[in-house]
Amino acid sequence: MKEISLILNLSELLKKSINLLKLVFLAQLLLLSASCGDSQTNVEKGNINGTLYWGNGTEPQSLDPQIATGVPEHHVISALMEGLVLKDRKTLLPKPGVAESWDISDDGRVYTFKIRDNARWSNGDSLTANDFVWSWWRALQPALGNLYAYMLFPIENAQEYYEGALTDFSKVGAKALDENTLQVTLNHPTPYFLQLLDHYSLFPVHKETIEKFGAADERGTRWTYAGNLVGNGAFTLDEWEINRKILVKKNKNYWDSDNVDLNEIVFLPIDNMVTEERMFRAGQLHVTSSLPADKIAAYKEIDDSPMRISPYLGTYFYRINVDVPHLQDPRIRRALAMAIDRVNLVEKITKGGQIPAYAMTPPGTMGYFPESSLQYDPERARKLLSDAGYPNGKDFPITEILYNTNEGHRKIAIAIQEMWKKNLNIDIQILNQEWKVYLDSESAGEYQISRAGWIGDYVDPNNFLDMFICEGGNNRTGWCNEEYDDLILKIAPATKSHKERLEIFQKAETMLLDDMPVIPIYTYTSIQLIDSAVKNFDSNIMNHAYYKDIYLESLN
Amino acid sequence: MIKFLLSRLLQAVPVLIIVITATFFIVHAAPGGPFSADKAVPPEVIQALEAQYKLDQPVWRQYLGYLGDIARGDFGPSFKYPGRSVNELIMAGLPITAELAFYAMIIAILIGVLSGVGAAMRPNTLQDYVPMTLAMIGICMPSFLLGPLLVLVFGIQLELLPVSGWGDIPGDKILPSITLGTGYAAFIARLSRGGMLEILSQDYIRTARAKGLRETTVIIKHALRGGLIPVVAFLGPAFAGLLAGSFVVETIFQIPGIGRFYVQAAFNRDYTLILGMTIFLSTLIIIFNLISDLISIWLNPKLRDEVSNG
Amino acid sequence: MDKLNNITSQVEASSELKSSSLWRDAWIRLSKNRLAIAGLIVLLTLIMISLLTPIIAPYGYEEQNLAIGATAPSEEHLLGTDIFGRDMLTRIMYGGRVSLMVGFVATSVALVIGISWGAIAGFFGGRLDAVMMRIVDALYALPFMIFIILLMVVFGRNILLLFLAIGAVEWLTMARIVRSQVMSIRNQEFIEAAYSIGLTRWVIIKKHIIPNTIGPVIVYTTLTIPSVMLLEAFLSFLGLGIQPPQSSWGLLINYGVETMEEYPWLLIFPGMALSLTLFSLNFLGDGLRDALDPRASKD
Repeated sequence: MKEISLILNLSELLKKSINLLKLVFLAQLLLLSASCGDSQTNVEKGNINGTLYWGNGTEPQSLDPQIATGVPEHHVISALMEGLVLKDRKTLLPKPGVAESWDISDDGRVYTFKIRDNARWSNGDSLTANDFVWSWWRALQPALGNLYAYMLFPIENAQEYYEGALTDFSKVGAKALDENTLQVTLNHPTPYFLQLLDHYSLFPVHKETIEKFGAADERGTRWTYAGNLVGNGAFTLDEWEINRKILVKKNKNYWDSDNVDLNEIVFLPIDNMVTEERMFRAGQLHVTSSLPADKIAAYKEIDDSPMRISPYLGTYFYRINVDVPHLQDPRIRRALAMAIDRVNLVEKITKGGQIPAYAMTPPGTMGYFPESSLQYDPERARKLLSDAGYPNGKDFPITEILYNTNEGHRKIAIAIQEMWKKNLNIDIQILNQEWKVYLDSESAGEYQISRAGWIGDYVDPNNFLDMFICEGGNNRTGWCNEEYDDLILKIAPATKSHKERLEIFQKAETMLLDDMPVIPIYTYTSIQLIDSAVKNFDSNIMNHAYYKDIYLESLN
Repeated sequence: MIKFLLSRLLQAVPVLIIVITATFFIVHAAPGGPFSADKAVPPEVIQALEAQYKLDQPVWRQYLGYLGDIARGDFGPSFKYPGRSVNELIMAGLPITAELAFYAMIIAILIGVLSGVGAAMRPNTLQDYVPMTLAMIGICMPSFLLGPLLVLVFGIQLELLPVSGWGDIPGDKILPSITLGTGYAAFIARLSRGGMLEILSQDYIRTARAKGLRETTVIIKHALRGGLIPVVAFLGPAFAGLLAGSFVVETIFQIPGIGRFYVQAAFNRDYTLILGMTIFLSTLIIIFNLISDLISIWLNPKLRDEVSNG
Repeated sequence: MDKLNNITSQVEASSELKSSSLWRDAWIRLSKNRLAIAGLIVLLTLIMISLLTPIIAPYGYEEQNLAIGATAPSEEHLLGTDIFGRDMLTRIMYGGRVSLMVGFVATSVALVIGISWGAIAGFFGGRLDAVMMRIVDALYALPFMIFIILLMVVFGRNILLLFLAIGAVEWLTMARIVRSQVMSIRNQEFIEAAYSIGLTRWVIIKKHIIPNTIGPVIVYTTLTIPSVMLLEAFLSFLGLGIQPPQSSWGLLINYGVETMEEYPWLLIFPGMALSLTLFSLNFLGDGLRDALDPRASKD
């Protein structure tokens, strides 16, 4: 009898759970049908309410501008905070931000910024020159773990202070002359310095808020939470639900709030590109962060396609470990570089309008168009290989291409593997490693050829070329040339004219390409889907979004 | 019975300690640290960060410190999300994943047991072939394939259901639950069919049938409890696996559950988050395995006597 | 009491019988099951194709033709080509070699460990059972992915390691299922009878316990093989498994999903290959289960 009652209990339980499930699904279906009448997508709703739905890639790790790294973080932070200088959304030329104007001394080393009177924090406090000095002091505290501290190094003594050679911050070249005047002294005239001011590592942070939640140099306090964060940007942080969304609302205390059209932005963390594209199709997003390569062809066919492809300041390249015995000869490295059919690669594999790259620096960076002797030439590649002792690839050791696990990298590696096989008759193995393992292998020099990419922090050839100085942390190829170091570290900063400076860079670039510790492959493009309602969202080579300019205009 | 329960709960303690210890050292031994990044990280920064998270201490001391912390219920701060504690992250994602797993499991058990038992009642007939063929398709159809397919059909072509989200738009819980449940339903269908066939050929069932009992009575009162033993043994780990394996579904449907945290944590080498999640999941696994064992015992009268006597 | 005697004599009879006749009976029963035989034939054909692939494959598996890219099935390429212009038929044939091998070897590893572990724990019960099953609990809980990454770094890439890694996770559930089955059998009359005629424990486990768990084990095995094939793809993503340009069905399906709207044939054909294998395995499995069922002969 006991058993039967137990069975009855079980079936009772089962029934109950079935009923519960039925109820939930029924409720969902009811809600669904109830909402069918006014079934509105995010985009439709957003167009009416002035809410922008923004696909933002991965979940931001931090919204502290002096801790954060990465593109998703950048998007959110640039809505919440603003630097001394903004950039034009098309040309990226500097324009007034928190500073309404600035003077540059004749020697190009001293910048004097006039901070606008109506610059305020989102809680109404006024924003002063001292806020910048304090923020930059904080940015240079090693304990904070700021990966972008080097963005401040053009400022006099900043690097010395950061590395501990100097302990007195008053010797660092940032001074508040009065409430509204900030004077910055640089080590060298740095033509790209104004650009850096629009990078989040140089944004001002609100001292009182930070100190309320912990020490100034303490990592990971709660000051960046919704409700706590005080910023000076066009928007304020309203909600931050991890892995779900970040909601920012228009900041009424922003100095230019009259010209801000959007009421809200919803940043959605969507790490899967395919999901993101589907959400766009279902009207859940105004803007995606990317588009899978295989979908590009279909979007090209559409009239008034929502797809936008624009050049992006970044180079996709392969590092060669020059310490590997059979890769020591520059002729071999050049042979490998010449045997890659970049045109076919970008047309058939990456498909996103990428530009074949024959030099490290993307063409047109600050008016710099690198000349290169590199081209696709299987004939000469074979000759070089044969000169280096491997006629027709005979006895060339099996060589390994390392890449971090990713669909795009895999495809490129497979194509290059076959090109090298066909053009040089050498055997290549492909090896993928999970991201952190790959980073370890690469920085420890435990690789032969490895996939890499570099996205510019600022628009200047220096950012691409200073990677390969001997001690450069991002060099990782083992290549070292003192003459090259001199050009980048001493001669280029001391040049007097823009033209002269570019000539030095060209010289350095040529040295790099002659020795070929890196094989440039293509210049990136940014590929996004953008709803037609989104206006004033122009493309630029940094792919920076200036949310204060954007407005939504629906045809309906 | 209570003695059995108590002893199992006591056994859980060494299991948890072993899991924590093994995980701690595996995680610390795995290549790549939490702070390595695409761009070179200056040594000053690495030093500062390691000091802040006590990673500069010898591993055994870190281990003892960690044990002390978790004894106080503090899983520590996440390395990768500065400002977030592991407790906070788990609590944010857990209710969502638990709800998803619950729906999926109900779907799986309902469909699985019904079709499996039905198939076993009339083996080698249409009533057997149709659900079993569907089950096999369900097994072949991993969630990373089924999810997108459902989205394309019901979300994009028919525009019936939302393509993503959880609790944001009405109806958005349907597709993820089905996607996650289907594979398990197929497993359960196959296992319950097999188990039932086994039981139905046993003497006591023949006896029951010979007594002239109705077939449904035979099935429900006599066969079901024996026939479902393999299913129940599978359910324990399956439920825990469901919680952890919801990663794929959470990614496809953009659901902010703990499955995504777990995988992201592993990729990020977010030591504290990995450990916290592992401890949490292993507790769940122990509990669910215990429950599944309890049900097995209850389904098996002889074992029940054994447990209550001994 | 009559019944017990009856069973005792049955047990005696079956232990005396040479196993060869048992297998012969099973084979006769199996050969009458048309579906099972069809499954067997398909499986053998697939295995033959895999073995002969290097000879009969129409193209090289790494042979690219970027100019044509992804094309739908045609006369030249019966199953179409992928985005590199590689022949899909060839790639599926080569992929089958990897998948079938991984499927069978890793599942066998899981099977051997899982059955012995579960049978011993279930049969002896008590403290031994508690310790063994708590070990299983602990292994369930370890963060598998980190573990794999570590394995890979310590031992390097190695196909053997892949089998081991997959076998290491898949045996756990198998052990639980076998154990619960054994526990439900070990108290049945015919086992008691086997004791009473003085058989040793090991003989009983081998001859009576394990054969009686065969049903759920076969079912679970046929379920394990496809999930093992898919798990292989995941491990290959982490860098443990095979590397391009080699491929496997699991990997082909994974890539196929990404482009299922643009190039559906890249998903459909590998999917069909996997399903075909699974279906034949299941039919064969069901047939085997029926054929090996110790009670079936009484019908």
